[in-house]
Amino acid sequence: MTALPAPAQKKLGLVIDLDTCVGCHACAVACKEWNAGGIAGPLTDEDPYGKAPFGVWFNRVHSYEVAGIENAESEIGKGLVASGATPAMTVHFPRSCLHCEEPACVTVCPTGASYKRAEDGIVLVDEDKCIGCKLCSWACPYGAREYSAVEGVMKKCTLCIDRIYNEQLDEIERQPACVQACPTRARHFGDLGDPESDVSKLVAARGGRDLLPELGYKPVNKYLPPRPRRGAALSAPGDAANTNESLDTGALSPMLRWLDRVLSR
Amino acid sequence: MNPAFSVLLFTTLSGAGYGLLAWLGIHYAWWPLPSQRDVALIPLGVGLMLATIGLSSSVFHLGKPLRAWRAFSQWRTSWLSREGVLALKTYIPALLLAWLAWRGDSGPLSHVVGILLALLSFATVACTAMIYVSLKPVPAWQHKLVLPGYLMFAALSGWLLFACTAALAPTPALVGAVLWALALAALKRSYWKDVDHLALPSRESATALEGIGKVTTFERPHTEANYLTREMGFVLARKHARKLRVIALTLFAGTPLLALILAMLLPTLANFALWVAAIAVLVGAFVERWLFFAEAKHMVTLYY
Repeated sequence: MTALPAPAQKKLGLVIDLDTCVGCHACAVACKEWNAGGIAGPLTDEDPYGKAPFGVWFNRVHSYEVAGIENAESEIGKGLVASGATPAMTVHFPRSCLHCEEPACVTVCPTGASYKRAEDGIVLVDEDKCIGCKLCSWACPYGAREYSAVEGVMKKCTLCIDRIYNEQLDEIERQPACVQACPTRARHFGDLGDPESDVSKLVAARGGRDLLPELGYKPVNKYLPPRPRRGAALSAPGDAANTNESLDTGALSPMLRWLDRVLSR
Repeated sequence: MNPAFSVLLFTTLSGAGYGLLAWLGIHYAWWPLPSQRDVALIPLGVGLMLATIGLSSSVFHLGKPLRAWRAFSQWRTSWLSREGVLALKTYIPALLLAWLAWRGDSGPLSHVVGILLALLSFATVACTAMIYVSLKPVPAWQHKLVLPGYLMFAALSGWLLFACTAALAPTPALVGAVLWALALAALKRSYWKDVDHLALPSRESATALEGIGKVTTFERPHTEANYLTREMGFVLARKHARKLRVIALTLFAGTPLLALILAMLLPTLANFALWVAAIAVLVGAFVERWLFFAEAKHMVTLYY
């Protein structure tokens, strides 16, 4: 049924640390690798080695430029660091299904293929029932669902349900592929419904946030904002461009002078 | 949003078909037609044909058309499912009315069946609109004029087709259509005016970076397009929006007005004018529907 189950105690999900993510795409690749053969597979690519490869990914890592801000004006800086500024930075932003508590993608489904599990809150697609009408992807503001034209059905993150409960795997490996692959431990998996769990404590300590909270989808996954930097000052725009370093070519060795001449052409 | 041809065809053709059936139902509920079979059966046939073509085109838009029957199951939560259920249920009073008309029966039963047909037809169109109205990630579709717009387009195109197929007096039918079309033009203009000023939430809110600094895109996840950018990030029509709006207004409101003037000046051409108006309104509805999709921005574009 696409009617939502009564809210469960257990809310499995991810906590993603935007402070430590380095944008290496290991999560996206590990996810693609595992899920191409897991219960959500195949994740078909069209024209994979051609001019315009096109395929389904459950994780996509965006990179954004965030303008610098005085810590006193920043929402994260205010309480933590009184002085200084956080300079402009690059923030890498992995985007995947947030396993919302109020997933509109589930309620709009006309066939009952989309459902939210009562026992742990994971949102799944039963691909044998999906008719490929794409309405669920329209209902998701986070772009979590992607349609596979080859399979004719909708695909989405399963929170690696075939890993986390898999008794064939060592206990330490019973977590989503993206979490296990992350080299900077920017991704954490756990029960966000239990206030005593490690992930809940992490969210509380770092001020974990929802994406687009104004829509009321109540995402389970949380994002930890970047920590404010200390001691830095905001540089006026154009500062870097204005500093013209002068080079005394006479002081260089002949070899370097020749190199400088060649490179200056 | 990417305006899929099959969905445009579905919403305009089945909209017109259900509009036609609704007017036929109202006609029967109010004052039964004279018991000439053809006068009832032709509009019924055309209405059912249009609805059926529309429904089939929407089925072929699916990834798995053979599983379409499953879409009748989730009417408790899904407007798409409700629409499917009502679309199918509308066939019952329509076929019953066909049978009554065939027998020349214009007794109380035909009044009741007529009311049912009109209600179910309009309810089906309302469900079509609600599919879009209920989608929070597309603010343009949540506008309060979307539902009345869908109903009025169905009523207008249905009325003109009904007037054509039931051989109503053309000039009075055109007068009604023109008044309706002008009201619809005012509605669409007001919708477009509001939609132009509609803003999506901020990229900061979408990326959990609200109050931390202004966010601009540095790098996309992949060099190539993907399902999301193709389906939700459609930009072509926004570029031509102004021209297309004028074209739509000219077709669905301007042409009926010209047709009415023609019919009054040259009464011998009144029937021809009515057909021209009916076809122009259908094409105009198609252009309007194209804009409805193409101009609507989906929130997932915030990430790109």
